[in-house]
Amino acid sequence: MARSVTTRRKTITTALAWAIGLMIFFPILWTVLTSFKTEAQAISDPPVFLNFDWTLENYAVVQERSNYLRYLWNSVALAVGSTLLGIVIAVPAAWSMAFVPSRRTKDILMWMLSTKMLPAVGVLYPIRLVLIHFGLLDTKLAMIAILTMINLPIIIWMLYTYFREIPGEILEAARMDGAGLRAEILYVLTPMAIPGIASTILLNIILAWNEAFWTLTLTTTSAAPLTAFIASYSSPEGLFYAKLSAASTMAIAPILIMGWFSQKQLVRGLTFGAVK
Amino acid sequence: MATHHSRIAARAMMAPAVFLLLVWMLVPLILTLYFSTMDYRPLRGIYECCQGFDNYVRFVTSSSFLESILTTLRLVGGVLLITVLGGVLLALLLDQPIWGQGVVRILVIAPFFVMPTVSALVWKNMFMNPVNGLFAHLATALGLQPIDWLAEAPMLSIILIVSWQWLPFATLILLTAVQSLDSEQLEAAEMDGAGALSRFGHIILPHLARAITVVILIQTIFLLSIFAEIFVTTGGAFGTRTLTYLVYQRIIESQNIGLGSAGGIIAVILANIIAIGLMRVVGKNLDA
Repeated sequence: MARSVTTRRKTITTALAWAIGLMIFFPILWTVLTSFKTEAQAISDPPVFLNFDWTLENYAVVQERSNYLRYLWNSVALAVGSTLLGIVIAVPAAWSMAFVPSRRTKDILMWMLSTKMLPAVGVLYPIRLVLIHFGLLDTKLAMIAILTMINLPIIIWMLYTYFREIPGEILEAARMDGAGLRAEILYVLTPMAIPGIASTILLNIILAWNEAFWTLTLTTTSAAPLTAFIASYSSPEGLFYAKLSAASTMAIAPILIMGWFSQKQLVRGLTFGAVK
Repeated sequence: MATHHSRIAARAMMAPAVFLLLVWMLVPLILTLYFSTMDYRPLRGIYECCQGFDNYVRFVTSSSFLESILTTLRLVGGVLLITVLGGVLLALLLDQPIWGQGVVRILVIAPFFVMPTVSALVWKNMFMNPVNGLFAHLATALGLQPIDWLAEAPMLSIILIVSWQWLPFATLILLTAVQSLDSEQLEAAEMDGAGALSRFGHIILPHLARAITVVILIQTIFLLSIFAEIFVTTGGAFGTRTLTYLVYQRIIESQNIGLGSAGGIIAVILANIIAIGLMRVVGKNLDA
């Protein structure tokens, strides 16, 4: 028997849910709206919502003054670069743990997870020192390597939980038909694993894009991504709300859109498969 | 069955990941341990080894340590309280039949994807600023005195900002858990005359217990190392200096590497105590 829901009750819950949803979303909406205002309108009291002269000027000014595109490129390079590198390292590892498990597999997985829990600040100075020593401070190469390492446990875990859902019988059947290890991976496993790998990539690009400890402490100019660029607005001069909003909107828009597509994977990835 | 050949291949495929993580974890940790026993202040050219536990004693006995622990607890506790309570309520609400459920879900989870520096700065300037912020406008409109949020209630402000970022995470995970609840069980309870409250207490809450534990543990791990939100709002002033931030200041701002490293090791130990709890919960799931 399906629970009958009165229209009246549905109307009330709908209204409540929408009110709360809009309230939670409001700061983002407000930021986007403000980015199209002039600086004077951005701080006007009472605030203006939609009845202002929409302008794209802030976006042009932000790019002109701060070379926004360079930070954007750094963010893209760090997020995509570290994710792909992580995938290349993680796929074989997750594959072998999911399909050829040993007594130690569980311990290894747990140990990998534990590296993720190391407070970054505890190892900040040695990492900095090593980078300085090799002349790698504030380089994209170093940042890609670091972001790869901090997200590697999550990538391996996500892939592992996806791979484990692929029935082993299919692999055995392929083996019976004479498929070698290579053929097995290329023609049997890969097609079935692609959705899982794609979700893993998506979630990790989001995590790497928003990472704000290592990027704030180890970059200054040449490798600084958008997190650092936005942080430079924390000691502003003059009127800057509209410009801050324009810069913020540009920094979060791509990831917001990707994030909405990855809702389901988010739960699995961030709980290490403990909640599905 | 895996053949001997494929088992060797499997070990080889795992090797790079294991090796890299091992290096990534051990090398910096050993260096930090080493520095923590030294009097190492590069700006003054001091580099003397073998101070034993001096740095640890000095770090732990300084008044800023206890304060930073309390600040950390307040921050983590406050955010957990708001996000778990809010998350349970929101998850139950979003599980109801509503029009436009997908859109509401998207609105609710959006803050999670906003980078920490953006959310901190947007809240700091556009909402909490005592002159031009929306809260100030709202207060004036209501005939109240606007307050300087980050100076007068800095801890509360940061808790609000961080909670806004993490509420979506808690909601999403708890919603996933709520949706996996067997609806027939609820219907049976309802037919047997169980009220909404007792259905919540006896069926829903026990079902959510595991997910709530996971939310608390994972958020704690992430919240312990909150950095950007403090960095761009108060810079650790006004009693918002958490343990993470204190260690950062010792190492980067005052360049007292020995003392900071000792603090870093203490942070590692404290985080590990919580991590062990998380691993137990996650590990149980691996056997299932």
